[in-house]
Amino acid sequence: MSAIAAESLSRHFGELRAVDELSLEVAEGEIYGFLGPNGAGKTTAVKMLCTLLAPTSGRAMVAGFDVTKAPHEVRKRVGAALQSTALDEKMTGRELLRIQGRYYGLSSLEITKRIEELAPILEMDAIDRRVHTYSGGMKRRLDVAIALIHSPLVMFLDEPTTGLDPTSRATVWEEIRHLNQNMGVTIFLTTQYLEEADELAGRVAIFNAGNLVAEDTPEELKRKVGKDVIVVNLDCPADECFEGDADADSVLGGVRGVEHVEAKGSELVISSSQGAATISPVALALSAAGMPVVKVSLSTPTLDDVFFHHTGERIEEEYRRDAEEAEEGR
Amino acid sequence: MSEAEVQEAETPATQTPATQTETAPAKGGVAGNVAARGVAARGVAARDRGFWGDLAAVANRSLRQLPRDMASIIPALFVPLFFYAVTIGALSGIADFSAIQIDYKAFQLPVAIITTVTGLSRAAALVTDIKDGYFDRLLLTPVNRVSLLLGLMVADFVVFIALCVPVVSLGLIVGVDFPTGPLGVLLFIFIGTLWGLMYTGFPYAIALRSGNPTAVNNSFLLFFPFVFLTTAWLPQENLSGWLSAIATWNPVTYMLEGMRSLFVDWDAVALGKGLAAILGVGVVAQIFAFMALRGRVRNP
Repeated sequence: MSAIAAESLSRHFGELRAVDELSLEVAEGEIYGFLGPNGAGKTTAVKMLCTLLAPTSGRAMVAGFDVTKAPHEVRKRVGAALQSTALDEKMTGRELLRIQGRYYGLSSLEITKRIEELAPILEMDAIDRRVHTYSGGMKRRLDVAIALIHSPLVMFLDEPTTGLDPTSRATVWEEIRHLNQNMGVTIFLTTQYLEEADELAGRVAIFNAGNLVAEDTPEELKRKVGKDVIVVNLDCPADECFEGDADADSVLGGVRGVEHVEAKGSELVISSSQGAATISPVALALSAAGMPVVKVSLSTPTLDDVFFHHTGERIEEEYRRDAEEAEEGR
Repeated sequence: MSEAEVQEAETPATQTPATQTETAPAKGGVAGNVAARGVAARGVAARDRGFWGDLAAVANRSLRQLPRDMASIIPALFVPLFFYAVTIGALSGIADFSAIQIDYKAFQLPVAIITTVTGLSRAAALVTDIKDGYFDRLLLTPVNRVSLLLGLMVADFVVFIALCVPVVSLGLIVGVDFPTGPLGVLLFIFIGTLWGLMYTGFPYAIALRSGNPTAVNNSFLLFFPFVFLTTAWLPQENLSGWLSAIATWNPVTYMLEGMRSLFVDWDAVALGKGLAAILGVGVVAQIFAFMALRGRVRNP
């Protein structure tokens, strides 16, 4: 069954179609990546799915309830950590957790138990300190823990690692996996980081300008836009290295998974649909043929290639521009 | 697609759920199944506390904030006490050539109360919540929406009581007499508190509509015509021209007269007019506030 099902969900702000006819399904227990650049409409979509914003048209079911007809029931079953951490900085972490537990009708005992269960996410040493003393990473983790206090079935994480340093980002990734694998929480993860979607999500939706343009597993999305490429660097020009009548095609053509071989100077460029599975047999075949191999590398299409394929734009370029603008602004 | 069809839509073959706990839900029973699974599998699940429970939860946070927000509360006490002391010290002679029937210290005490409580509220904290996203976090919970505002007003009520007590105490110390006794003192504080509470509707409406701290801070400008175009300094008989006309229509005039009546004797008519004036302003202010809340909740 679906934890989230949206059908033709739209939200317009005047002439602007922030989300346009969005249809998707997310299975229970899945991590669903919602990938798109800034301004794509990701947050608007999340706000509709977690009842913060009424759709202009269309419908969505979350945790078995209609977001417009039974928002109260949806709210009891979902948690959300939105883009900016929503914390009262004058309170301590524990106070915020307890207050949030009360909003969800939990008893004092239940809240205490939940805080203990959420200890791996929280920094328990800092839990009784006021939030304004926390680092950005600590705030983000507290934000996630607060959203989990009532054991939601579905968790919306809206760009959970934006602005975090690499260490904090890795920690948050670990926690997202923990939530999903150990607590069975369905996770709807919006992100503008390609590697994040690739790393965490079972399926990824490519979302651009209010429209869902592609959706599949990261591997399938990448496979659909191009083949893997194995590049072999030799210690000599390829046409001189092979002994006798042998050439690249005769040595590698029979290797399982190899679809095309091309010699370019001292490089052999091999196309394959299963690059990771083919690289070892290629190396073994070349070794058996006595080829002086210097390096073997595998390059696979990235989600940025997928994004480019579907939208004609590169999401990585946008980050770079954003990062440069931010740097100039300092 | 019908609701049932959406609920029963199959999981696409490409999905790779980490923990698929159930397949093929019973027809029409998806919601119940999900709810039951939430409780059974997790041991804890959100539940309704009812209006009073929600109100207590929201008020609890607001009250906890108060001791950490004294910088906004202490000046609200200091300024009226200062002006009260200056006014009764410097202008007591006015009573000799005006129609003031009571001691000028008593005459000015309701003004001190009103200047203490008018415009004071948790609206600035509400704007901070809106700007920081905490208000969205509240909207994500199943908490009753009305309690989001009423919970703040519970904290306002506590603050108003806490501020009125020292003002009245100063009045008693300088010799203000309440012939109506302790009940009169309590009613005096109650009227001041009720006024403050009713008036909070204006700053809350501005906070919810604008989400702008500057707009909330400037809302005190409303306070001037309300408080000073009245019988704050002189009785109605001594006012003339446009000021007298405005004072006649200003509801605060009647509230002041009601409070001042407690320095003479029990006067049901004066008290009734005072309470009616408070409720009149209060209804308007609170309608603004709750309409603004509705707008904010519907389209945050």
